[in-house]
Amino acid sequence: MARVKFLCDADRCINCNACVTACKNANEVPWGINRRRVVTINDGKPGERSVSMACMHCTDAPCAAVCPVDCFFTTADGVVLHSKDLCIGCGYCFYACPFGAPQYPRVGNFGTRGKMDKCTFCSGGPEGEDGSAAEFAKYGSNRMAEGKLPLCAEMCSTKSLLAGDGEIIAQIYRERVQKRGYGSGAWGWKTAYKETVTV
Amino acid sequence: MIRILLVLAMMMAPAMAQRPDAPVTGFNPTTASVNEAQLLDALKQVNGRVSIPDKKSAVLIQPEGKNWRDFQRGVVPWLAGLLVLGTLAALAALAVFYVVRGRVMMEGGGSGETITRFGGFERFMHWLTAGSWLVLALSGLNLAVGKHVLLPLIGESAFSTLTALGKIAHNYIAFPFTTGIVLMFLVWVRHNIPNAMDISWFRQGGGLIGSAHPPAGKFNGGQKAIFWIVVLGGGVMAASGFLLLFPFSVTDIAGMQTGQMVHGVLALLMIAAMLSHIYIGSVGMEGAFAAMGTGEVDLQWAKAHHSLWVEEVEAKTKGVAAE
Repeated sequence: MARVKFLCDADRCINCNACVTACKNANEVPWGINRRRVVTINDGKPGERSVSMACMHCTDAPCAAVCPVDCFFTTADGVVLHSKDLCIGCGYCFYACPFGAPQYPRVGNFGTRGKMDKCTFCSGGPEGEDGSAAEFAKYGSNRMAEGKLPLCAEMCSTKSLLAGDGEIIAQIYRERVQKRGYGSGAWGWKTAYKETVTV
Repeated sequence: MIRILLVLAMMMAPAMAQRPDAPVTGFNPTTASVNEAQLLDALKQVNGRVSIPDKKSAVLIQPEGKNWRDFQRGVVPWLAGLLVLGTLAALAALAVFYVVRGRVMMEGGGSGETITRFGGFERFMHWLTAGSWLVLALSGLNLAVGKHVLLPLIGESAFSTLTALGKIAHNYIAFPFTTGIVLMFLVWVRHNIPNAMDISWFRQGGGLIGSAHPPAGKFNGGQKAIFWIVVLGGGVMAASGFLLLFPFSVTDIAGMQTGQMVHGVLALLMIAAMLSHIYIGSVGMEGAFAAMGTGEVDLQWAKAHHSLWVEEVEAKTKGVAAE
């Protein structure tokens, strides 16, 4: 099976936040939870770049390693998911995550974060049948079960955000860089997958 | 008007001369663009600006998270294992010691006369701290290594429920624990200033080895050591704990990681220290438990272990009687 990944081509990202909006709408996440966000580096200066970031579904995911109740698992597609039934909301995964992906419904004083929520690569969650209302309410949409890719990447207005088989999206990015003659690299890949896209 | 048209024609000329599929030349948008590797080298993380209220999400990449992961996965279970196995080894050694040395007994079997060693309030603050310490230590250990020890035994669902309860207990029992630490510091600090007598006390092995009873005040050298371990260690535990209790209110992600590491390592060391305190205060020495149990100790025992304190108390009561 393919190993799915995200790749944000920062040279095409225009900080329109369509991915963020698409994610919020597809998964109907509560206010304050940002499974995906766009970070602008060197904002307003020459060479500014925007990068859309969510859970990168890391190889040997740090969140899974530090979870005190072992609620994480990796699917056959390489998607890192977690069980909200087991999560105790300790916040350890946020300290370990290199990308700030884990989100909590509440601020967290006195350990009142609530169950962690994060990008599922639009793959739903472990409880409830695929595509069921119960699964949707708890984890958001399960587009992967319908054979569709995450809505953020599908909706990207400049096709900056790529989601899918890691080999294929790396190849698309490589061809783009060769054709246009420049590229600022696959942001986060080195940290998430211990490899980057060589052009 | 003609001049404007002329300017426009001049502006359009290069554009028309260029073929649409010709490669872009003269301008490379990446020459000035930010570079991930450079940013990570220089700042150890990549930061930017976000338009959402959650400002900590402006940290785009923080590879330190992986170091923290390695600490949690490598150092913590190793240190906790060392502690548990170390304690078991120590207990085994103590059992041997117990058989060889025997209990630290009272000489002469006790006088039958008692003296008040710890009043009600002193015992209250001790047991307040001790009781909350027990809950904090167990729930903390469970958080650190429970998934390797308890999870395979009771299953993921029961373990998750237990750990969630442990987390709530840990967060709220932190307050009585801190209160106990502060009270013990305020009430006992004047008896715990280290002095030259403590050095000779330690030199003579504190009466644990051999049969000498070096002179001591209300607290001997060993008890002073425990006092400062509890007050300073407990103080740092409380400070780092409150930092974790209010995530990101005073520090950033690096601070939260450091706070947790300090909290975890110190907790393991404190647990090791407290286990030896529990040993000597209960089974290790005859007559010691009564001091914190009923508060009344045998006069004979008190004279042997805390000679100067007994003199002080007797002088005080005689002074009162003489008036």
